Amino acid sequence: MTAFWVLSVILIASAIWTISARKPVYSVVALLLNFAALAATYLTLSAEFLAVMQIIVYSGAILVLFVFVIALLSSGVAPFAAGPNRLPKAITPAIFVVLAAFGFLYYALKSVTAASIGAAGQAVAPIGAVGTADVFGSVADFGRALFTVWLLPFEVTALILMVAVIGVVLLAGDRAPYVATPRRARQVEREMREAILRGGE
Amino acid sequence: MIPFWAVVLIKSALLLFVVVTTFAYAMLVERKVLGWMQLRPGPNRVGPWGLMQPAADAAKLILKEDLTPKTADPLIYRLAPFISLLTAFSVYAVIPFGASADQGTWAIGNPNAGILFVLAIASIGIYGISLGGWASGSKYPLLGSVRATAQMISYELAMSLSFVGVLILAGTTSLDGIVNAQARWWFVLPQFVGCVIYVITAVAETNRAPFDLVEAETELVAGFHTEYSGLRFGLFFIAEYVNMLTVSCIATLLFFGGWNAPFGLAMVPGVVWFVLKVACFMFFYMWLRATLPRLRYDRLMAFGWKVLLPVATLNLVVTAIIVAYKG
Repeated sequence: MTAFWVLSVILIASAIWTISARKPVYSVVALLLNFAALAATYLTLSAEFLAVMQIIVYSGAILVLFVFVIALLSSGVAPFAAGPNRLPKAITPAIFVVLAAFGFLYYALKSVTAASIGAAGQAVAPIGAVGTADVFGSVADFGRALFTVWLLPFEVTALILMVAVIGVVLLAGDRAPYVATPRRARQVEREMREAILRGGE
Repeated sequence: MIPFWAVVLIKSALLLFVVVTTFAYAMLVERKVLGWMQLRPGPNRVGPWGLMQPAADAAKLILKEDLTPKTADPLIYRLAPFISLLTAFSVYAVIPFGASADQGTWAIGNPNAGILFVLAIASIGIYGISLGGWASGSKYPLLGSVRATAQMISYELAMSLSFVGVLILAGTTSLDGIVNAQARWWFVLPQFVGCVIYVITAVAETNRAPFDLVEAETELVAGFHTEYSGLRFGLFFIAEYVNMLTVSCIATLLFFGGWNAPFGLAMVPGVVWFVLKVACFMFFYMWLRATLPRLRYDRLMAFGWKVLLPVATLNLVVTAIIVAYKG
């Protein structure tokens, strides 16, 4: 329980820091902290695989690209200039959203009865110790669930991601696509070498 | 009975000491080996055979002035080396070094998702380099960190795929399970392609020669750590060598049988075999650095995306088909 409270405080504080930071990179660092705390929260719920995936996918791939884009975009302009303070503008709508969310949570918790937990009980396996094989949340358990019970949603998600990838290629693609024939590659090599030689004169 | 947290604390302190000492002497050995390969003696002034050189280096780094450029972002600039070091050391929380019948696996923690944990921590390690280079507020570090980010993301894909072949053969993601699965055959034999891909990507992931575009002296001064000096530079330096040691340990565990003895030489303890195999890998790293010239950046990227990734995918598909066919 102590872990839950500590992690919650870190989660909320880093989330507020993420949206209130005036430099984009500070937002990234705050979000990194947020993801780490979220992964630790998953661990306390014995969702070991989910915790590791949270780090690998969100912190290791997506957030790194944020840093990459910030580093690329900020070259040339004043890189460390602080942006506007968005907190005063965001505070009123945020309070309304939080109140609404609490309302939904209260309603959801109130409508849960012992009977409804029992009905969904088949899906809830006994919570085992983190790090043991073949219990709830372990890699084997997660994989089995993903490829049997949740196979269709899993494949549909893969298809949607595929569509997104093709969309990106279409949107960002060249008008005249570069065809990598060996001849063309040799030509580019030669041009680069000549450019380097010219630069050396 | 010692409480659980005390056991973890004692193990961690012991392991930290071992890893830091290994770092110090790996650095000395690298300079010696590079020296011999270039027909010169290497460091030989401090202590007999230069054995006190690491202590002298440490004293020098501690005494040097710690500069922060006026143009740098102070918070991120100071934070970045710690991210690098923290991620480099935290991997050792799950790496097993040996096993014995009465004490089980020799590791601080032995989670079921061990190899995934290693991947997760390694993927956070990029932040130290990319944030550090960005926060320096000058152009060479920025270029170095942008290069590092692109390179590490690209090679991480092929690296993860080369792991999956081993995972399919072993049928587990825990590191001691993978080692136990290699009791008869080391996975380097059935997964030779995967092993070659792993070794190449590991060199690229740790930004070592010939993939050290991140700190290419001839074009970027010193890359992402150009502005760092004193102890903060030292932290980056420690992180680089500890990462080298980590990928050597992972290669040993995944492909070379971990602490399993070769040729039935089981009278030598497993941990000795483990250390020997890791040492061979470290030497291989130094050998590469002394032998190969640095790649050009566009070739590095083309190699990662157009050669390594397709070959790794093919290796994975073929392994999966064979394992599924054999039942």
